[in-house]
Amino acid sequence: MPAVTETREAVEKLGQSSYKWGFETDIDMDLAPKGLNEDTIRLISARKEEPEWLLEWRLAAFSAWQQMEEPKWAKVAYPPIDYQDAHYYAAPRKKPGPKSLEEVDPELLRTYEKLGIPLHEQALLAGVELPEGETARPPVAVDAVFDSVSVVTTFRKTLEEAGVIFCPISEAVKEHPDLVRKYLGTVVPAGDNFYAALNSAVFTDGSFVYVPKGVRCPMELSTYFRINARNTGQFERTLIVVEDGASVSYLEGCTAPMRDENQLHAAVVELVAMEDASIKYSTVQNWYPGDENGRGGIYNFVTKRGACRGARSKISWTQVETGSAITWKYPSCILQGEGSVGEFYSVAVTNNHQQADTGTKMIHIGRNTRSTIIAKTISAGQSDSTYRGLVRVLPKAYGARNFTQCDSLLIGDRCGAHTVPYIENRNMGARIEHEATTSKISEDQLFYCRQRGLSEEDAVGLIVNGFCRDVLKELPMEFAVEAQKLLQISLEGSVG
Amino acid sequence: MNAIIKQPSATLVPFKARLDAITDPARKAALGALHRSGLPDRRVEAWKYTSLRFLNETPLVAPSEEFDAAQARAELDRLGLTAGEGADLPRLVFVNGRYAPDLSVPPQNVGLSFFGKTEAFGTLSSPDRDALTALNAALATDGAEITVAAGVDAGRVLLVSLGLADEPVSFHPRHSVTVEEGARLSLICVQGGQGRYLHNPVMELSVAANATLNHVTVQTESDDAACLATLYAQIEERGSYDSFVLGLGAALSRHEVHARLNAPHAEVHVNGAQRLLGRQVGDVTSVITHAAPDCRSRQTVRNVLDGQSRGVFQGKVLVERIAQKTDGYQMNQALLLSEQAEIDAKPELEIYADDVKCSHGATVGALDDEQMFYLRSRGVPEAEARQILIHAFLAEALALIPDAMAQTLAAHIMEIRFPVTGEE
Repeated sequence: MPAVTETREAVEKLGQSSYKWGFETDIDMDLAPKGLNEDTIRLISARKEEPEWLLEWRLAAFSAWQQMEEPKWAKVAYPPIDYQDAHYYAAPRKKPGPKSLEEVDPELLRTYEKLGIPLHEQALLAGVELPEGETARPPVAVDAVFDSVSVVTTFRKTLEEAGVIFCPISEAVKEHPDLVRKYLGTVVPAGDNFYAALNSAVFTDGSFVYVPKGVRCPMELSTYFRINARNTGQFERTLIVVEDGASVSYLEGCTAPMRDENQLHAAVVELVAMEDASIKYSTVQNWYPGDENGRGGIYNFVTKRGACRGARSKISWTQVETGSAITWKYPSCILQGEGSVGEFYSVAVTNNHQQADTGTKMIHIGRNTRSTIIAKTISAGQSDSTYRGLVRVLPKAYGARNFTQCDSLLIGDRCGAHTVPYIENRNMGARIEHEATTSKISEDQLFYCRQRGLSEEDAVGLIVNGFCRDVLKELPMEFAVEAQKLLQISLEGSVG
Repeated sequence: MNAIIKQPSATLVPFKARLDAITDPARKAALGALHRSGLPDRRVEAWKYTSLRFLNETPLVAPSEEFDAAQARAELDRLGLTAGEGADLPRLVFVNGRYAPDLSVPPQNVGLSFFGKTEAFGTLSSPDRDALTALNAALATDGAEITVAAGVDAGRVLLVSLGLADEPVSFHPRHSVTVEEGARLSLICVQGGQGRYLHNPVMELSVAANATLNHVTVQTESDDAACLATLYAQIEERGSYDSFVLGLGAALSRHEVHARLNAPHAEVHVNGAQRLLGRQVGDVTSVITHAAPDCRSRQTVRNVLDGQSRGVFQGKVLVERIAQKTDGYQMNQALLLSEQAEIDAKPELEIYADDVKCSHGATVGALDDEQMFYLRSRGVPEAEARQILIHAFLAEALALIPDAMAQTLAAHIMEIRFPVTGEE
């Protein structure tokens, strides 16, 4: 097929250059010695000036982790990881906890400027340049995490006035210890799985969000993760608690430099939604995916889970997964509250030698709980992409309802696309529907576009964007624009 | 559930004495892998939803060669095989895994031999990968070897298996069916029995170019038995294998089909239906491998689950890189009739070729309220309305059986177990 040949040639020309976030920031770092043992954990805890209970919690997680085996069930293959050959703490050298931008290392600010992340409060758009003549959109508060620490959090004043807490989790541990202690590890227990246990033992930073009763968070919240240092892993932990009748929309972005070695990223995200609360969690995952020969790239082993604790609460996950050499990620919803709603919208794009095993779990516990899963998978190059999802309806979930749709698109004949849904129903009053399709881009659609004068690449780009539309439309506006661009870049050469 | 992890050898305890007595080198080889892995537990992905705890540690001895002929005839009567349409079919009857010539009427136009005489292990099965197949290879005593010569239409053959156990036994028949180029066969397998036993058959089915094999299995084993069947089918160019299983009996059953589309334009149907009650567990598992371009696979499995029964469906469609222009479709539907019934489904697509059309669907639900209302508003009593809807749901699946007579026979055996006019 000429389109494929054309795009392949284009990809070869592009090579690594298409990952424009791959630069490295030269900055003075404070590194923990390589290796993982109790001393490392004590060191992290000490650097973070943590209370005793948290250190105990970390150590308990570490001893649980030592008993665990790395999960092998996902459809991803990689050489064994030497967990002792990495730094578990890396922080830009600075005075602890800068309170204003003036105190932040200018090198760091330049990094975020280059990434297009607005740390100055007057820069209002996340990730996108403001087009000329266009007025500013609503502001976005940003927490910027650089390797192991949060360097700055913007718009804290405005948020505080509304009663919303948005700060690095390390700071929340000190300033809101009761809240953190009450919710930390209640959705993803410390010993939940291998990577969650590892994260619980060595997590360094991340964001903490607390929205009190009845408050609608006045702006979008956003965390931007950046891995920079060599031979480090990033283990961030995010905790979002939304009280009765409150709501929040949260965005997460991430990038890393291009390196030949693989780096580990094992995050944990916990969401708690109380009665009538709603959480919208959007991710554009753009870790360095490795080069066209599969060298380098981030190993992304992430546990994300939300608990709909209260009646009529709602948790919605939207993810655009374009990066990482390996993705192992299943954002899930535990639907406890009566009538609570879980949603999962996902676009996963793999190219070159990327491998992604991603999906969701919807656990229906309460009556009349509803869930929707829309997963779009696009595989190109020599990549493998798997949707793996679980819908479980427990005996008390009368009237539970699930709809799942998984579509896969294969581009080229050296990639693979797989669908592995698990459906477990123990309630006769539940209705579950699942459908999945796998196909290539239809010749008819391509012909139709070509006939109207679009180049092959533009035509494929258009079709892919249409394929993903159901998911992209769920993203907040700022992210939707970025996500569309990312799709183009990720598939550049292989399609359009 | 307690978390005691069994040693591989512990899972083989019911068979220990018999396995230890094996001296034949070919069988010993099959045993090597089995001793390493043991029988699968639920940590093995392919057995995630079906536990073999039913076998526990009660020794399952080899059945004696003698059996009560009157009891066997009564069982054939119960299955409706001695009267009506099925009565005149050529038949091969196996009792406790051994050929029973007195009860059989061998078919005339097929080549026939028995595993008990040839000891010919086929090449399609994979004892290294499938522990139950290895167990079968170690303990198999007999089985039918049917060959339909090129160009011959062999009509219908009835293959009956009866388990008649006074004490807990296990039998491991090994059947093979070869349909040569351009030949045809309609194979109807009926399985029944009384008492506590394990029926662990392995069947190898080879469908040559332009050949057609229609295969229906009606499983209505003893309610105290386990039936764990593994089928391996290979289909050559323009060949067609149409498989249907109707699962009604056994406390624990698993019907596992491995079908390989080996040459262009081959076609396979792996359909089925289950109707379970009480504490039955019924598992329909299949792996359909598209190993050549332009092949077609179709699968529809329907489950009706009552009482505390549990239905399992695992269907994998694997499309290899070479298998361009694959057309695959898979559908699993379940109807839950009781609050304690459960369905676990895992339809799986694994695709390595880009120019394919593959889809699967799954639905789970209770009887449709609107349909019930429609019938009730026309004066149909509730119990009868339910029966009508259940019957219609399963009838749609049975209609997929291409051989009309096999279809009638399957429907008849279902009616014996679930009388249409009876009380609910």
